[in-house]
Amino acid sequence: MSETGTGKQPVVTPVRVVIALCLFAPFVAMLWVGSYAKVDPLLAGIPFFYWYQMLWVLLSTALTVVAYKLWQRDQRARRGREGGEER
Amino acid sequence: MKDVNVVALCVFVFFFLAVTVMGFLAAKWRKAENENSLDEWGLGGRSFGTWVTWFLLGGDLYTAYTFVAVPAAIYAAGAAGFFAVPYTILVYPLIFTFLPRLWSVSHKHGYVTTSDFVRGRFGSKGLSLAVAVTGILATMPYIALQLVGIQAVLDVMGVGGGEDTHWFIKDLPLLIAFGVLAAYTYSSGLRAPALIAFVKDTLIYIVIAVAIIYIPIKLGGFGEIFASADEKFTTAKAGGLVPGEAGQWTYATLALGSALALFMYPHSITATLSSKSREVIRRNTTILPLYSLMLGLLALLGFMAIAAGIKVQNGQLAIPQLFEDMFPAWFAGVAFAAIGIGALVPAAIMSIAAANLFTRNIYKDFIKPEATPEQETKVSKLVSLLVKVGALAFVLTMDKTVAINFQLLGGIWILQTFPALVGGLFTRWFHRWALLAGWAVGMLYGTIAAYNVSTPKQKHFGGSSAEIPGIGEIGYIGLTAFVLNVVVTVVLTFVLKAVKAPEGVDETSPSDYTADAGDTGVRPLPKVGVGH
Repeated sequence: MSETGTGKQPVVTPVRVVIALCLFAPFVAMLWVGSYAKVDPLLAGIPFFYWYQMLWVLLSTALTVVAYKLWQRDQRARRGREGGEER
Repeated sequence: MKDVNVVALCVFVFFFLAVTVMGFLAAKWRKAENENSLDEWGLGGRSFGTWVTWFLLGGDLYTAYTFVAVPAAIYAAGAAGFFAVPYTILVYPLIFTFLPRLWSVSHKHGYVTTSDFVRGRFGSKGLSLAVAVTGILATMPYIALQLVGIQAVLDVMGVGGGEDTHWFIKDLPLLIAFGVLAAYTYSSGLRAPALIAFVKDTLIYIVIAVAIIYIPIKLGGFGEIFASADEKFTTAKAGGLVPGEAGQWTYATLALGSALALFMYPHSITATLSSKSREVIRRNTTILPLYSLMLGLLALLGFMAIAAGIKVQNGQLAIPQLFEDMFPAWFAGVAFAAIGIGALVPAAIMSIAAANLFTRNIYKDFIKPEATPEQETKVSKLVSLLVKVGALAFVLTMDKTVAINFQLLGGIWILQTFPALVGGLFTRWFHRWALLAGWAVGMLYGTIAAYNVSTPKQKHFGGSSAEIPGIGEIGYIGLTAFVLNVVVTVVLTFVLKAVKAPEGVDETSPSDYTADAGDTGVRPLPKVGVGH
């Protein structure tokens, strides 16, 4: 992710990779239009194309919440290790 | 000329007057210590928490674009107009990643605009000027879209005048709405739209809730709605319920290009910087998608308009007309008020943001460096008026029946500031002259390509998509121009580094990009013109 430490702590950590994936997933899903450009299956009369994208509004929100929580934890842990000097 | 819907008009006028009074009283809300500073007028004192920021960001992200332009695009073309939903989905991961860094560095150095940041980071007044000019230019068609939205509502209520009325009478109600907007923005600054945004969003949520439950029931369910829409597209041999093979590139590039462009607009930056901590921004990205849901539901109104048998020449009138046909008169008035106020709030925020840009980065840098804070605020107020006049010019010269193009045209331009701004937030590797050259190439290509798009109604600037050179698919011009811009920037950076061209002074340090409220050097209320 974005923040660069002082070199004492690694910039790329497993948690940060997960955060990046959470933020990146919507791009793959939404820009791959061919994967959802179809009418069936219908949901309450609404073609797949529409309800699938609306579903992604909720999915991407959930992913962003996960990213946010992980990020907060990551920051707290870092501060703890560095005695509150860096963030 | 159609009959005036008296009840709807009364309700509309009532809400309009109410928010006007609020607009003027807003100056007293969270009263400032120094109301003549640009920080106060233009950023509301940088004191807004999660909820106000949410309303404010929502206020300028979801506008007449949402309830007039997008459903109108769906009404006319079907699936192709739905790209607005993936567009708003992609915006939040981007905001989450980029804007907290901008918040931090801006609060550390007292930056009010993106140009301030670019000048500080790259030590280049030329680049800063390019960013400022682009921001102001790109905002105008976006404000124009808001005016088109207001006009659509007025037309449907029967006070917009017909085709044969004198242009002055025809545009008079619009000019009145415009005047009121200008006046309270002038006197209250950012506080006015922030306060009115509460009313606006409440009205909109009520209208949406009613519209998406009541109208489908009346029309016999979504199955019926989509069936009649399908029938219309099949007989017209244009558009469809899902994008065809050829339309998929366009769909994806429009979504991505719009998402990248959105938070580059001066007004999105204004809303971001007026929040009181960096946390507020990230927290907001977890609640802002509520607006996307709303946008998607509103977009479906375009299909409902088809199913309800709405036949209008000007697609922008489809949704207001649907409301008038479906709702009792008084509730149609509430819906019109929601659309009207929903257009006024962002127009105010946008013009304030563009004015800030002008004052900080053109007036103060190039015209009068020794200007006092009072002078700065005064110039900003005047420019906020001029920007709206510029927007009027777009309204009067461009084809209003495809209003979504106003926003896409703005996007083509604003996207060209991305490498300097976002690039600058993460790295100092790019060379300032290379960024400037890349910007120029992107602007030139984008403008020429957009100029060459013609429709039967308009010879130039008829659309925002064209063939992508080398790929052969039809895509969003803004994104093509952006790629070109990046290529030029990267290549020239290598060249300029090889010949050791002067890099310019970077006044920021790496830790500035991660500082939060409460850290040393982060000033909660930096006074413009004092200190930095």
